Amino acid sequence: MTSSLREPRTEHLYGEDAYPDRPPRARSGTTAAGRGTRQRLPHRLSAALDHIDGDDLRLFDEPGPRARRRAAVLTAASLVLFTALLAWVLRQFAAHGQLDPAKWRLFGQWPVLRYLLDSLAATVQVTLVSGAIALPLGILLALARLSGTGWLSRPAATYVEVLRAVPLLLLVYAFLLGLPAAGLRLPLFWQLVWPIALTNAAVFAEIFRAAVRALPAGQREAALALGFGHAQTLRLVLLPQAAQQSAPALVSQSVRLLKDSTLGYVVSFLELLNAAKVLGEFNHTVIQSYLVVALVFVVVNGALAHGAARLERRPAGRRTTARAARPPG
Amino acid sequence: MHVLTSHPGVFAHGLLVTLHLSAATFLLAAAVGLLLAVCRICPVRPLRLFAALYVSAVRGVPLLVLLTLFVFGLPEIGVVYSLFWTVVTAMGLYWAAFLCETVRAGVRSVPPGQTEAARALGLTFGQVLRCVVVPQALRATVQPLASLLIAVVLNSSLAAAVGVTQELTGQTVLLDQRYAQPLFTFAAAAACYVLLTLAIGRTAAVLERRLAVLR
Repeated sequence: MTSSLREPRTEHLYGEDAYPDRPPRARSGTTAAGRGTRQRLPHRLSAALDHIDGDDLRLFDEPGPRARRRAAVLTAASLVLFTALLAWVLRQFAAHGQLDPAKWRLFGQWPVLRYLLDSLAATVQVTLVSGAIALPLGILLALARLSGTGWLSRPAATYVEVLRAVPLLLLVYAFLLGLPAAGLRLPLFWQLVWPIALTNAAVFAEIFRAAVRALPAGQREAALALGFGHAQTLRLVLLPQAAQQSAPALVSQSVRLLKDSTLGYVVSFLELLNAAKVLGEFNHTVIQSYLVVALVFVVVNGALAHGAARLERRPAGRRTTARAARPPG
Repeated sequence: MHVLTSHPGVFAHGLLVTLHLSAATFLLAAAVGLLLAVCRICPVRPLRLFAALYVSAVRGVPLLVLLTLFVFGLPEIGVVYSLFWTVVTAMGLYWAAFLCETVRAGVRSVPPGQTEAARALGLTFGQVLRCVVVPQALRATVQPLASLLIAVVLNSSLAAAVGVTQELTGQTVLLDQRYAQPLFTFAAAAACYVLLTLAIGRTAAVLERRLAVLR
């Protein structure tokens, strides 16, 4: 049960004033002080948990005694359910010998770790290189689409719409099977990087375009009123703001880039997922290898998503402090 | 060109399998995602914690990793059923996390004043949801849900990478290997995907207009 829901706050809301005919409860001041020392640790724990699962939806009323009882029953029931689920999974693992310590200790050995780290480096390399191609290409496409010149914006729009509607795997196969047939033989690395970069360029272009279009119309009008031309308006006024606005979306998109690099599995490029496959088949630790690799992805992408969330909060905060620092009027 | 004209059946069948796969995935994702969204919002802490952790973990895992884990990992612990439905399970569980976030964002797009006003008018919790929150949230989620459905359709091609080669991308590769006319085969497959995406986008636009709420 959340202890935060039982805070003295409730007593202020439905306190003595609301129900004068009820016997007076304990003074809220003494309750808070009396509980304070005892509840500090659970309270801190609950605050930490709120940080993880906290929802800002005000769908529910302050719970009454019946709702609180129901929540307590559900809490107990769900805990039992989760324990049962975990027990079943563990039993399933144990029954098929997958909990054998030797199968897990493998991932503590240096050669295996080294192998995984090398493949992680390859994954990061694919991500960075394809990002380095996709980002400028995306900016160019967005500029072409925003240019207002038909022969520039129409091909760019077609490119973006088509590339966003074609599965990446199809593109990878087209590079893998189609290009050699046409007499063009790329190294494995580039067979993986080009499809990822081409698809993500379309996504980056949309992110930029959306950011520019989301700017207040007054920005553009003011720039034009100052006598700036189209290019100057874009370069000096719109793009710097759009770049700042789209930063969080770009970082979240890097999560997708990292995920896309797993298609190396299809072209047999030795990135993280492919390494897991090799390890799993070589050592008969299929499920363990995939689980370890999944965990690595969760950690890396979690860090990236966290960074994106922080970026999202930062510009707004800076603007408000700037406004607050200025004297009113 | 005659590859396509002489094999329309292969493409049509591939398209059909892709649709089947996507529909099953989306339905499973909708069921699990709604359940997750309810868990995320409800005042029961373990459920809320579980849903939050599930969503953040699954969103960090690449779909292909989840697919390989299910297709090659589950038999290792003695859970074996048909390949098609294993793939559907993995994809459904993956997209459920995204669907949960979409639904939650939709509910959050309803201004809190709406709920408070409804409660002040004496509506019960069920009535608040049915008459005030859901109709408004639904309208806000049409576009995101359509984007999600498009993503589901496009990523259903990953099934080919773990062995469900009957779907569109897998069929394209088979046709290409048999007739070595990559330009036509891949372009035709791309055209199929573009048409599917366009159809979903158009339907969503019509739906959104129908569901419009005047504020």
